[in-house]
Amino acid sequence: MEPIKQHRGLVYPLDRSNVDTDQIIPKQFLKRIERQGFGQFLFYNWRFNEDGTLREDFSLNDPKYDGASVLVGGENFGCGSSREHAPWAIQDYGFKVVIAPSFADIFYNNCFKNGILPIQLPKPVVDQLMEKATKEKYEVKVDLEKQIIDDGDLEVSFDIQSYHKEMLLNGWDEIAVTLTYEDKIDQYEKQNKGVKTLGIS
Amino acid sequence: MSHPKTIVEKIWDQHVVHEEEGKPNLLYIDLHLIHEVTSPQAFEGLRMAGRKVRRPDRTYATMDHNVPTIHRNIIKDEVSKKQMETLKTNCEEFGVRLADINHPDQGIVHVIGPELGLTQPGKTIVCGDSHTSTHGAFGALAFGIGTSEVEHVLATQSLWQAPPKTLQVNVDGVLGTGVTAKDLILAIIGKYGVRFGTGHVIEYTGEAVRNLSMEERMTVCNMSIEAGARAGLISPDATTIDYMRGKRYVPEGKDFDEAAEQWLALASDEGAEYDQTLTIHADEIEPQVTWGTNPSQCVPVGGRVPDPDSIEEDRDGIERAIEYMGLEANQSIESIPVEHVFIGSCTNSRLSDLRKAAEIVRGGRVHEGVRALVVPGSKSVKDAAEAEGLDTIFLTAGFEWRDAGCSMCLAMNDDIVPPGERCASTSNRNFEGRQGNGARTHLVSPEMAAAAALEGHFVDVRKYASTVGG
Repeated sequence: MEPIKQHRGLVYPLDRSNVDTDQIIPKQFLKRIERQGFGQFLFYNWRFNEDGTLREDFSLNDPKYDGASVLVGGENFGCGSSREHAPWAIQDYGFKVVIAPSFADIFYNNCFKNGILPIQLPKPVVDQLMEKATKEKYEVKVDLEKQIIDDGDLEVSFDIQSYHKEMLLNGWDEIAVTLTYEDKIDQYEKQNKGVKTLGIS
Repeated sequence: MSHPKTIVEKIWDQHVVHEEEGKPNLLYIDLHLIHEVTSPQAFEGLRMAGRKVRRPDRTYATMDHNVPTIHRNIIKDEVSKKQMETLKTNCEEFGVRLADINHPDQGIVHVIGPELGLTQPGKTIVCGDSHTSTHGAFGALAFGIGTSEVEHVLATQSLWQAPPKTLQVNVDGVLGTGVTAKDLILAIIGKYGVRFGTGHVIEYTGEAVRNLSMEERMTVCNMSIEAGARAGLISPDATTIDYMRGKRYVPEGKDFDEAAEQWLALASDEGAEYDQTLTIHADEIEPQVTWGTNPSQCVPVGGRVPDPDSIEEDRDGIERAIEYMGLEANQSIESIPVEHVFIGSCTNSRLSDLRKAAEIVRGGRVHEGVRALVVPGSKSVKDAAEAEGLDTIFLTAGFEWRDAGCSMCLAMNDDIVPPGERCASTSNRNFEGRQGNGARTHLVSPEMAAAAALEGHFVDVRKYASTVGG
């Protein structure tokens, strides 16, 4: 996974709450067996008409957001299905940072596995970013090490669990990290802790 | 004596493999369920890194999302077909047991887990599917994960997890006649919204919850994720133990008695503390119908579509939902016509769901212009329903009787609601486009769906007073 330390990019505001993963990537695109190439399907039903032409009423189709890499969303962003195709699509489209007042748990977790930095900020702050990005071409600098978002005028700090932070900064392969604890897992299995259960075979 | 504990604390403590400052806990996973949509990239990841599945004996796969529910072996969609073939190849290569499309144990992953007794109280259970919360009905800690975590569990049988906060939803009183577990969970989400459970595990308690059968409990826990909670569970009791007895992967004889004793001891202790408690009164709940594009947008069947002008919060969202749904503010729910009826999904496709729907349907006729589907949750539910003649009741009334799968809940196979058309559905999500691009979904109980099929519009199922059970 590619590490993230700092990122500077254009902000795209998506002023809707409860954006679910069915909207982020509709089910007809979940049949592929690869991890790549999902960006073209991001927000598909919002971006495209039935006949495949662009919908003018959807803001991401506005050329002023071309090349945006910071997505600012509403409450409960990424709710619904656990499909990791959602962060895959967001990342493949070119977004590196997603900012929202609240995230759904599974989506939030999935972001860290894919080099996307999800940032939770108080709603009034998110509203401020949203307003700026709606008005004009708006860029921010995100510094993960210092945990700061800076637009040259406004400077906001954000919280992140140290484990998640380290994972993104180092671009860790989490499985490789966990396998260094393999002896602990062996030990746990030997102790047969917990309720007695039968294995499948 | 140590402090009184919730079931969540007890299960957690039993599963911590490793803890250290500044890190989440490394949590052991007892059971990993797999399906074709969220696993191919995980197996591919293992292959590329030269890793194996640590515990194939704790891993079980099936095919459910893509499978056709009619003409079983003709899969026209090449991409779907490839996804299913990939699961088969992966399971063979990595030694994972698979109930494939023609296997007698095939079904929706959250229906077959409990049916086979793979799902047991006190287990940690994961699956690359958000409705894994269903298994919490047994007092298991069960939650959905992404594909990277699927790969992580395949390789290590564990996950890094921070201890969750606990949220008690206490349902006192008794549900009225014709009011179901589905209405209960919809009413809870309707009252508290789609994110009150975020960051929490919900434990459902109270008289009305105790009175639910295991299949009804699964309906409630299934939709915990629609409240934002990755997991929702119910402490084991006599109802749980009775259900477990005799299931294929459950111990027998003296071993069963021992297990049962341990399972009952998992129940939250008297006086255990939760981070938050919410209360709802069962006797105030009526049959629910969703009108909007998330599950909290629901009202009693006698109610009306809300008027955005009279609402302060999220007015734009409500206006957009009403527009997408092709409804009008203040329109009565009973006046909404339906063109499709879907009885199925991991929420409501078990034998008792089909029995209750059949009681409404018996002797009736599907309304003209309505297409109505019954999709049993598993092959074994289908066989059991046929053994007692439920298929005949549905078929005689003009319903289609299909093979098991996720089907029209998310329309990944050919069971699709066309754009602009309306469906009364027993599934769990009424998101935009969920049942097909432009499709309009109204979530209801199986009884309410059956009644809508007969009448061609929503109707208070309690008017079928002689057939609805208490």
